[in-house]
Amino acid sequence: MLNYDIVIIGGGPAGMAAAVAAYDNGTENILIVERDHALGGILRQCIHNGFGLHRFGEELTGPEYAARYAKMVEERGIDYIVNTMVLSLEKGENGNVVTVMNSENGVFNIGAKAIILAMGCRERPRGALNIPGTRPAGIYTAGTAQRYVNIKGEMPGKNVVILGSGDIGLIMARRMTLEGANVKVVCEIMPYSGGLNRNIVQCLNDFNIPLKLSTTVAQIHGTDRVTGVTIAKVDSNMRVIPEESEYIECDTLLLSCGLLPENELTAAAGIALDPITGGAVVSETRETSMEGVFACGNVLHVHDLVDYVSEESAVAGKKASDYIKNGAKKAALIGTVKIEKAGGVRYTVPQKIEVTADTEDVKVYFRVGKIFENVTLKVTMDGEQVSAAKKRKMAPGEMEFVKVKKSVLEANPNGTLKIEIVE
Amino acid sequence: MEKIEMICINCPLGCALTVERDGDNFKVSGNTCPRGAKYAVDELTHPVRTLTTTVALANREGKYVSVKTAKPISKSKLFEAMAIVNSTKATAPIKIGDVIIENMLGEADLVAAADAE
Repeated sequence: MLNYDIVIIGGGPAGMAAAVAAYDNGTENILIVERDHALGGILRQCIHNGFGLHRFGEELTGPEYAARYAKMVEERGIDYIVNTMVLSLEKGENGNVVTVMNSENGVFNIGAKAIILAMGCRERPRGALNIPGTRPAGIYTAGTAQRYVNIKGEMPGKNVVILGSGDIGLIMARRMTLEGANVKVVCEIMPYSGGLNRNIVQCLNDFNIPLKLSTTVAQIHGTDRVTGVTIAKVDSNMRVIPEESEYIECDTLLLSCGLLPENELTAAAGIALDPITGGAVVSETRETSMEGVFACGNVLHVHDLVDYVSEESAVAGKKASDYIKNGAKKAALIGTVKIEKAGGVRYTVPQKIEVTADTEDVKVYFRVGKIFENVTLKVTMDGEQVSAAKKRKMAPGEMEFVKVKKSVLEANPNGTLKIEIVE
Repeated sequence: MEKIEMICINCPLGCALTVERDGDNFKVSGNTCPRGAKYAVDELTHPVRTLTTTVALANREGKYVSVKTAKPISKSKLFEAMAIVNSTKATAPIKIGDVIIENMLGEADLVAAADAE
């Protein structure tokens, strides 16, 4: 059996950043397992620019960002196997065992003292949206359409309606338009767009593509191929208002309705999941409920920018390496700080902080559940104020964080840290 | 004097800019960095965009390489540029940064944004 100190599942931005950080922290016996034929993950099809402003201080396209990290992996001589699917992970007699499969070697096991989950996320498909109507060809998730256009050079349709105004939907509205399609409208069920303002400007406004808020697709028409959709306004409970509907002729419907962390492996291994993020419950080291198994990137929670994925994955990589250097044992636990969320904070990552002798300052990331204006972001530890910051605007589409000082954690190793929005 | 509001597209922050225009004089507020001020003036005088797309490989059937303009080009020329790119074929192997079309439309080089073997 092959044996590694760290096996990383997924060779996208999260897996590559975790590998590089673990290596640079002194753990060189690492394997990345990737199911596609090359490293890079979804960035390979994200040919638009806007990546890397934080991480590299310059604006890169997706393939360029991926290439930077692939180069770092290559330069360090980190092992990776491609075209290989991970089937399961479980506790073995000496550490963990990852079962994988590929067409060359069949099914085989790899021993891993530590595992880093970096499988990324998937798009919410039509089946999860319950859109009424027929089941014709011509309905794609925005990411599938992106793969057709950018990798295969094939256009999935000519007259397009897009449901969902997440960034991938907006990016595809521009991409399809530049390639000659007629993008008729982008519908968003929420009263605000989940996409970045810059993408509404440069992907929709630049091409006069209308964005209809509080609007959804109420019916799909067509037998063999989509012939049109009925779009309709929704009320404040997101129920369709039949009187305010219209028929739009189109041959293609793209869905950009949210991303879901891909955690089948995680769930099957019995690792605790957070029902809000859809990812594992983790401590500040990004270790899950299964010892020696860490998680990072979009498989843990969906990030706004790949730059933040890289940052988080570097934490997970370093901490997995610390675990290996400690003899594949957890550092002695002094206490566990619980994290409580209040006043519209939807989730936090990490969900708890395990205080040890090695504890450093901790960044706790979170998202809010709705748009807030002119509020105070208050942090308390066992009722005592740690910080209070005025916030002009907070939105569900923008990940926020609070930094908790090491001294606060050391003074209250079994405390409750409360993160609250005060209106 | 004219007052114009716009969103900066330079980075994901998406600053809300206000421009006070008096003929050829511009006063920009709301920007977090100097790029915002430049963007606002460019947007009102000569709007530009970076074009990212793909080019077919002549010697690798069904394969494409991702490309971008080395600097932003006139927004009004995006479709003209697309027509040129889509009638061009590149020859592999290609390295990131290789020039695929030199000085396209007199505005910018089109360069490879990925390797192609």
